Amino acid sequence: MAGSTLAEKIIARASGRARVAPGEIVTARVDLAMMHDSGGPRRVKPMLERLGVGVWDPAKVVLVSDHYVPAVDGESAAILDLTRKWAVANGIARFHDMQGICHVILPERGYLAPGMFCVGGDSHSPTGGAFGAYMFGIGATEMAGVLATGEIWIRTPRTFRIRLAGRLARGLSAKDVMLHLCRTLGLSTVRYDAIEYAGDGVAGLPMVERMVLSNMSAELGAQTGLIAPDAATVAFLRAAGAGIADDAIDRWRSDADATYAADWDVDCGGLAPQIAAPHSPANADAVDAHRGTRVDQAYIGACTGAKLSDLHMAAEILKGRRVTAGTRLLVAPASQRMTAAAAADGTLATLMDAGAILLPSGCGACAGYGAGVLAEGETCLSSTARNFKGRMGHPGSRVYLGSPYSVAAAAVAGEIVDPREFLA
Amino acid sequence: MSGRAFVFGDDIDTDMLAPGAYMKFGIAEIARHCLEAVDPGFATEVRPGDFVVGGGNFGMGSSREQAAQALCHLGVAAVIATSFAGLFFRNAVNLGLAPLVCAEAGRIAPGDALAVDAQAGRIENLTKRETLACEPLPGHLLAMLRDGGLLPHLEKKLKAGRR
Repeated sequence: MAGSTLAEKIIARASGRARVAPGEIVTARVDLAMMHDSGGPRRVKPMLERLGVGVWDPAKVVLVSDHYVPAVDGESAAILDLTRKWAVANGIARFHDMQGICHVILPERGYLAPGMFCVGGDSHSPTGGAFGAYMFGIGATEMAGVLATGEIWIRTPRTFRIRLAGRLARGLSAKDVMLHLCRTLGLSTVRYDAIEYAGDGVAGLPMVERMVLSNMSAELGAQTGLIAPDAATVAFLRAAGAGIADDAIDRWRSDADATYAADWDVDCGGLAPQIAAPHSPANADAVDAHRGTRVDQAYIGACTGAKLSDLHMAAEILKGRRVTAGTRLLVAPASQRMTAAAAADGTLATLMDAGAILLPSGCGACAGYGAGVLAEGETCLSSTARNFKGRMGHPGSRVYLGSPYSVAAAAVAGEIVDPREFLA
Repeated sequence: MSGRAFVFGDDIDTDMLAPGAYMKFGIAEIARHCLEAVDPGFATEVRPGDFVVGGGNFGMGSSREQAAQALCHLGVAAVIATSFAGLFFRNAVNLGLAPLVCAEAGRIAPGDALAVDAQAGRIENLTKRETLACEPLPGHLLAMLRDGGLLPHLEKKLKAGRR
């Protein structure tokens, strides 16, 4: 009998079975349910009331307000008010109000551990996979079902393995790897199966960069994007206060004889900076294909592209330079703690000196909810994950996607350029 | 159920189905703008019982279930596509909207009159006089659809458990 993949091991554990096979439909117990202000209380409250039940285990729920923060009108104020009151009424101790984006809050507060089976009320929930947790996004009705019962059905996925080899050149990041994969694999080759990232190219990445791989697994159509834990994973989570078992690294990894649906290889060393043109992440290509495209707005934000490491990348480009007239650079750091860290290490000063405009921590303009949306005819280069038509504002706006290096370089040049030119 | 087909292409995303700018409002307002980025007339022309037909990866993107709920609100009876994004597929079933995977969905033209049996996985194209087969849905999802979605399904289970 062949061995099991990491995905199969976690699902087997969560469903109380010795092992599970791809295609097998099981019911699993949920270790952590995360939701935010948009898909959370305002949606699940009436549903739980209809069912006449409360939250099955408030200690397993994490609630984050990140979509409508801070309130800008009557609707968003009411959504946040409802969220806060529901958290109190339901005894949700792990409620983080305006502290950052949910996918970043989870590891930052030490809520994740390898082997956990988690659901999130947001499509970028696969981000938790970077820490060896099986985490996937669900809608609000399904979240109400989880909150009522503590359980969810899952069809055991096949696992596709993506092996990264070599080191990224200076001026490139995990974002470039994912845009490259969006182009080469397309957005529906992986039909709700699991991805597992492996190889020396992953081992060499810091945890915050590994999060980008797992995060954008959503764009590739995967249910989750797993990375087996190693010493870096355990060190990161323990520093964040998580209790990690000593056998986590040995236990939560795929067997050497596990079966993969396919293996794909990426040569990180040979990669050029990638830019995705409107209106799909799959429209990615090497930066040269889009060089010279004028940019009205350069946006560094969202769970994908505004962590401390992303701010560091932008600062590397912007140190001693200025955002050019006619282009604006908006920066919405992914969490309050990261904003504080960037203030302490001088990164914020570098960004401010260059003329960047600082926005509150939250999902911001990425999904068109918060500050920084686009007018008709405007062009934006963004460090976010999605550039669907109209997502960041007017349907007649154009969003390109790139790494924080590329976004910062475009802010200086006023057009899309190869960021490596600023790092010589 | 029978109605007319509204046909769209590949990669219909959740921002098209439920645009972000309207997400802070209730479903009636979101539904008014459903698919307007690709077909400005859709929300006013579609009638209860009609069908939405897509290509590959229908519903890709966000977890926002308003993408499926907007279609329910407009009375769309089922969504037929060559493939669905996994999250949208689950959301649709949870809301009682049948997502039917049909390899030959491309044979359906705009305005075709369809009669659909979601439980049997069969589409009758009354205009073209042909029958298209859908991938069968697993039993537990057919049961959920029969009950009208996850909430009524759970309600039934919880009541049975309390008896």
